[in-house]
Amino acid sequence: MIKKLEKIPGAVKFLSAMVTVYIVAGLINFEYILSISGNLGKNIIEIIPIILLAYIAVFIINLYVSPERIKRHLGHDSGLKGWAYASLGSIIFSGPPYVILPILGELKNHGMRYSFIAVFLNNRNVQPAFLPVMIYYFGLTFTVVVSVYILIFAILSGMIMGKLMSR
Amino acid sequence: MKNALIKTLQNLKTSIPIVIGVLMLLNILNPLVQKYYPKIFTGNYFFDPLLGAIGGTVSFGVPVASYVIGGELLKEGVSLLAVTAFMLSWSTVYFIMLPLEITYLGKRFAILRNSINFVTSIVIAILTILTLKFFT
Repeated sequence: MIKKLEKIPGAVKFLSAMVTVYIVAGLINFEYILSISGNLGKNIIEIIPIILLAYIAVFIINLYVSPERIKRHLGHDSGLKGWAYASLGSIIFSGPPYVILPILGELKNHGMRYSFIAVFLNNRNVQPAFLPVMIYYFGLTFTVVVSVYILIFAILSGMIMGKLMSR
Repeated sequence: MKNALIKTLQNLKTSIPIVIGVLMLLNILNPLVQKYYPKIFTGNYFFDPLLGAIGGTVSFGVPVASYVIGGELLKEGVSLLAVTAFMLSWSTVYFIMLPLEITYLGKRFAILRNSINFVTSIVIAILTILTLKFFT
């Protein structure tokens, strides 16, 4: 029995745990679970096409991006260009974590450096598509100042991550 | 091409249960957490960025959603320091997404990166406010 449970993938265990939480919460407060289930269904329906699009990107990476190319541009020997590519890529590419993480996971398998993955994930607030909203709420000066700090700290924390992961 | 397709489908098979699980977690937690935001942020200069970063960490969404919530919180009198830390940790600290990040990038990477980003979101918030004070 225990061996059978161990064979179940972690992802399925996590989903099963959440289903259990919902069942228990439903027994305690059925109305609450009912009130959030509509939104949950809507979220799942919204996300599935995005996930499929992300996996089309993953498929293209698997098909065309060779490990050699990744190693050259975002690998251990990529140098300063690698930092620039990682920063620029994160600014251009906008998407929720569940879209970005599988893509980064695939790039990591192809040899992308941990430092650059960290830079990619840390720059998520500096995206041209979102900046007008930030300017609207907080003003241009705030947006420029916070963006500059984000870019600087993304690289700094990328460097720290690189050192820590190489230990 | 066949190899690329098999690899992608295997990856997708892992991702779908995690994504649905994460969405279930978000939907059950968010209504409970969001209503406390105005009570959590009291305007304290020292604790606000810390609380802001914690608030952003346990929340989740696209960055633009955090700007809208942050803007509204600011209107309600929450300090810019707290709101900045909140927005930064919202989009860079994936506490709720941790199982997904661990799946793709490894446990050590996910824990270290999220811890570092939690601290840097507070540091950036403080530096931003200090810089803005210098300019105005």
